[in-house]
Amino acid sequence: MAEEKNTDVKDLSGEKTILSVKNLVKRFPIKNGVFGRSNASVHAVEDVSFELRRKETLAIVGESGCGKSTTGKCVLRLTEPTSGTVELDGEDFTSLKGEDLKRARQKMKLIFQDPYSSLNPRMTVMDIIGEPIDIAGTYKTKAERDARIEEVMEEVGLNLEFKYRYPHEFSGGQRQRIGIARAIVLEPEIVVCDEPVSALDVSVQAKVINLLEELQKDHGLAYIFISHDLSVVRHIADTVMVMYLGHQMEFATKDALFEHPLHPYTQALLDVIPRIRHERIQEKRILQGDVPSPANPPSGCVFHTRCPKAMKVCSERIPNRIEAEPGHFCACHLYNTSLTDGDRTPQVAHAIEAAQKAVEEARLEEKISE
Amino acid sequence: MALFTSDKNSEKVQKTEAVLEDAAKAQEAEQAATGKVRAQSYWQVSWNIFKKNKLGMICLGIVLALAIIAILAPVIAPYSYKDQNLAIMNQNPTFAHLLGTDEYGRDILSRIIYGCQISLSVGIISQAIALFIGFVAGVAAGYYGRWVDAVVSFIIQVFSSFPFLLFAILIMFVMGPGLINLYIALGLLMWTTTARLIRGDVMRLKNSEYIQSCILSGGNSFRIIMKHLLPNCISTLIVVSTLGIPSAILSEATLSFLGLGVQPPDASWGQMIAASQPFLASQPIYSIAPGIVIIITVMSFNLLGDALRDALDPKMRS
Repeated sequence: MAEEKNTDVKDLSGEKTILSVKNLVKRFPIKNGVFGRSNASVHAVEDVSFELRRKETLAIVGESGCGKSTTGKCVLRLTEPTSGTVELDGEDFTSLKGEDLKRARQKMKLIFQDPYSSLNPRMTVMDIIGEPIDIAGTYKTKAERDARIEEVMEEVGLNLEFKYRYPHEFSGGQRQRIGIARAIVLEPEIVVCDEPVSALDVSVQAKVINLLEELQKDHGLAYIFISHDLSVVRHIADTVMVMYLGHQMEFATKDALFEHPLHPYTQALLDVIPRIRHERIQEKRILQGDVPSPANPPSGCVFHTRCPKAMKVCSERIPNRIEAEPGHFCACHLYNTSLTDGDRTPQVAHAIEAAQKAVEEARLEEKISE
Repeated sequence: MALFTSDKNSEKVQKTEAVLEDAAKAQEAEQAATGKVRAQSYWQVSWNIFKKNKLGMICLGIVLALAIIAILAPVIAPYSYKDQNLAIMNQNPTFAHLLGTDEYGRDILSRIIYGCQISLSVGIISQAIALFIGFVAGVAAGYYGRWVDAVVSFIIQVFSSFPFLLFAILIMFVMGPGLINLYIALGLLMWTTTARLIRGDVMRLKNSEYIQSCILSGGNSFRIIMKHLLPNCISTLIVVSTLGIPSAILSEATLSFLGLGVQPPDASWGQMIAASQPFLASQPIYSIAPGIVIIITVMSFNLLGDALRDALDPKMRS
């Protein structure tokens, strides 16, 4: 599925930007003691910026706990971002309230990861799918409402016979279709897909992904596709954003990112995609150690503790977003041309040097004492 | 011989097939008529599980019978509950009075039948009051959290730290005895259990994804509470009330026994036991009969509650 390239490359150059996220930050305070004073915070999302055009699929990838889902939820304001702005159709979405927020939210919908917990077990399929229209009051008569629901059910490939059934009578794939129907029933512009297929069987995954692609073609939807499955991303995405510990590591078109990854983290990530080919394990760059705690992120570049190419500067300064190639952004000191040679000392060499110095000093001291 | 039986078998098979086909056709016709495909809803599944519990079914039967007796009391009871006949005071069972008569010559059986009205109404109405207060408080605490939760939880703690009976006596003493005050007093006493359980349920449900989806669609708190939280709390409410009703009935009996509940000439089981005390040796049936009725009622409700909990608990389903 993933190995073959999309034959019909989408032309997105003429499409207008509908979502623009700037410097999004989300920190969750850690509460201590009886009075709930917060002394520290979990840095879930740190300074994330991206833009999304019509019909575009932006994939956010990263390990679990890297802040991809939180980014999606902050964009929708399901959790309020600590700072940063989200512009929807040129309107500042982050400052909207009340009715304005309700109206703007109709343009953005969410598809959830777990098709088992995302549907109310006590509602029929029709009521679940119809809930957004019921709230928005789009249709005056019940007949119109029901007709619209049936139309959407057919569109996502649900048998109309099942419209009065309850969620527990469906399989995972069918449930996810119900979730998709609920998301598109109001014809939104943007759909945030939070790992929509990771809870499904591989055979069902492909069907759901194809359905998402069809819907995009028919309705001009833009997707924010949150996933940790790189082969799925490779299939569906137009642009890809790589996140690590809340930070944006790399942002590029899919082809640029998969063919020519710049960031050491992305390189390591791509290396571990399972492939049925002749590559040898030794050639893979496998990261050592664990992801550091987001409550206490490392200084400088957050990835320097595990980076095979870490330099002296990496632990000292946070790298800026550098446009290393046109349209290919990367937050890594390797592509910073203004660094001095001292900054570029590899961290390993640096450590060895420091150790040697310490040994020599110890020897000198011994000689003196003699 | 073998040939014969196999023929017979195939005939049987054909018959059953024909029956099945007919059933399928009938179902299709029904579906076409109603326009709905019949699905096994949550409640149907629960009912199927409940039906297999024999004890539960017996208790359900007893509870329904008690309800019918209460509703049809004026028809069923052989005598009035309050007409005194001092000529036949303290009689042991006779054919005219199956359970004998009390100290004013009133028919004990009739008084027990009328007492059923009081006991069930106390159980149901006070529990309804408790459910309402408990649901509102529990949803407020669980859904809004923060200071609302702190305040409600504190009130729950205060209410449930009083000794039950003392508190009931206090309320009845302040408000004065009487049936309506009894409803209110017991309702005020029993809402804490409901509130605690609903609070837990709501806290668990509030972060569920379908509620997030509802918020994303612009749904307000009222919609979330009525469409999402209430239907998912129903099974808790049912179980709480089937376990709460018997405790209300017992409390009513206790309070009436102490003279703070139902006032004469109205008949109440607890009050009858209290009145029967001087005649315990000479007329044991006077106190035993209402006692047994209380035991049967309370036990049926309790066992019904257990059976319902088993049927409604999703963890019990495989």
